Amino acid sequence: MSSTRVALFATCLADQFYAEACADTVRLLRQLGVIVDFPEGQTCCGQPSHNSGHRDDAISMVRHTIDVFKDAEYIVLPSGSCTGMIRRHYGQLAGDKGQQLSERTYELSQFLVEVLGVESLGSGLQGQTLAYHHGCHALRELGVENEPLNLLRGAGAEVVDWEADRECCGFGGLFSAKMPEVSAAMADHKLETLPDVDAVTSADGGCLMQMSGRAQHKRTGPPFVHLASLLWRGVQ
Amino acid sequence: MTQSTPSDYREASARSLRDTPSVRTSVGSATRTFDAHRVSAFSEVEYDRWKDWARDTKTHALTHLDTYLAQASAQLEARGVHVHWAETAEDALSVLDEVVERHGIKSAVKGKSMLTEELEVNAHLETLGVRPIETDLGEYIIQLLGEPPSHIVGPAIHKSLDDCRALFHDRLGTPLDADPDTLAAAARDALRAEFLAAGLGISGGNFLAADTGTIALIENEGNIRLATSVPDVHVAFVGIEKIVPRFEDLAGFLQITARSATGQAIGLFVSLIQGPRTPSEIDGPKEVHVVLVDNGRTRLLADDTAWEALRCVRCGACLNICPVYRQTGGHAYGWTYSGPLGAIISPGMLGLEKAMPLPHASSLCGACVDVCPVRIPIPDILLHWREKAVDAGLAPTGETFGSKAYAGLAERPASFAAANAALRWTPWRAAGRALPILKGWMQERSAPTPSKKSFRQMWKEGIE
Repeated sequence: MSSTRVALFATCLADQFYAEACADTVRLLRQLGVIVDFPEGQTCCGQPSHNSGHRDDAISMVRHTIDVFKDAEYIVLPSGSCTGMIRRHYGQLAGDKGQQLSERTYELSQFLVEVLGVESLGSGLQGQTLAYHHGCHALRELGVENEPLNLLRGAGAEVVDWEADRECCGFGGLFSAKMPEVSAAMADHKLETLPDVDAVTSADGGCLMQMSGRAQHKRTGPPFVHLASLLWRGVQ
Repeated sequence: MTQSTPSDYREASARSLRDTPSVRTSVGSATRTFDAHRVSAFSEVEYDRWKDWARDTKTHALTHLDTYLAQASAQLEARGVHVHWAETAEDALSVLDEVVERHGIKSAVKGKSMLTEELEVNAHLETLGVRPIETDLGEYIIQLLGEPPSHIVGPAIHKSLDDCRALFHDRLGTPLDADPDTLAAAARDALRAEFLAAGLGISGGNFLAADTGTIALIENEGNIRLATSVPDVHVAFVGIEKIVPRFEDLAGFLQITARSATGQAIGLFVSLIQGPRTPSEIDGPKEVHVVLVDNGRTRLLADDTAWEALRCVRCGACLNICPVYRQTGGHAYGWTYSGPLGAIISPGMLGLEKAMPLPHASSLCGACVDVCPVRIPIPDILLHWREKAVDAGLAPTGETFGSKAYAGLAERPASFAAANAALRWTPWRAAGRALPILKGWMQERSAPTPSKKSFRQMWKEGIE
């Protein structure tokens, strides 16, 4: 039986700020018997330009990305937002080639459950109390909702109720720079409603950076840990 | 109070958060309550099927707008209603000039209507020497305060109970610790005399059924019923997009609107108005005017993407769920329509230049899509306006330059990797002072913690 082979799309932000989470993605996938490639020509999915209305700039990045990943059987990202960009918008921005890429592209937890059929990872999160932030694009563009929760719980973690778990953290890419005051108030709502937990996690580094940046600014809050790192801990 | 404009959004939202933090508390609490009621109300029915029906019916009406408007107009005129076609706000307001003069009107009682806010009816009445009296409790509160509505369904949701207690104590003499019932009773007493004295009643219209020429009005307080039946003259301002094909369509729209807005199965009062009092009737207005208002709506209809926004039934569900709206309420948007709704219709109705940066007052979280009863693709329309703004040269120069440079780099992986790696070495505090794009981030948040090595580097060295 041939092994599953995936191309990792690390994403710009995670490459620099959540490099360990990318490495944990590789470790986790390898542990599950998957061969991981890292196409070195990868750059940006084009979301920042696309979301700010610079469609032509986005299209050139989309075409580049399609070219870089054209031979990959599966493309896996440790980011719901960048995955959402590819899945939801590439078909419309780059026609058939974009559509074909989008159908082979998965957010990490989505890939584990939908493609690999993982039901339980291990028990490495026993005793951990977590709050899970549903990144907007993972939740609404990908429909990824129970996958990360089940994987975390399956590894022994208690994922607690959080009334604002589906409310936007206020990151929104350039939104957080264009409307910083409202963006920060949105993060504050997340923090104000956050239950007492060992860590907050999410499938998106951008959301974690936004919430932890605000928490540190206000000198409050637990650690913010990327989902990929917790899932890797889960299998151990 | 000076009313801001959409172009002041960033400053106005920051000011609201800094200077009036109670607004965030009141709006956050009210919108979350409204939304919880919506969720509960739709758990009883086939939400998706209702939404499909509402979307399709509204789309059909909008694609045959001329036919249905002519049909409605003919029906209304046959029953003695004066129908006026108003292309602009001025055209709409001029209907009042004639009515006020002919009847010697001194005061007018108003039912809640966002269209009359859009047209600035109250200010116009004052220039005619007519005293306008808002009779919806929320509208009455903000009229006493001299403020515009901050929400299309709950105009005073940015005010706390204590704000209202202080206001009514000052203006109506109620005790400072009065309970809500006492406050409402005081308003009712004050307003009852106004209903009896007014020569003119003014309303909007939630829907206009084409086949029968019926205006449907939804409310909970009975004030619209009084305003449209007690005075001798009734003027209804109705946006042309309010048309629905058939009287029986009202059954669906009255329910889906009420459930979306407040979680009620239907509004406590529904008025169906078809014309003035007939000889066999003992009450109702003697004269009815219906003003069909365009004021930018056909301009929005002509847009190949944003036209879908005209399906809007003004339920406010998108405001209630919007995490951006929840922080400031509606005043920061600087226009009658706020929240996601305001952000998608303002560029079409006011013009793109005047509406900027409202299409950027969203993180594109998409929560609004799930709650819109007529399935308006709100984030797609926001993106559409952002693209139009770029095409029109309205994007900030630095951003346009940055996007081009970034896209150029992204096609040269080695250069991109080097530039991206610089993010880890950026002196964030200094950069936050120097670069406008980082300034906002840095003044509200701590600097992000870069990884020790980039993942790209880790991969080269081998992942253990």
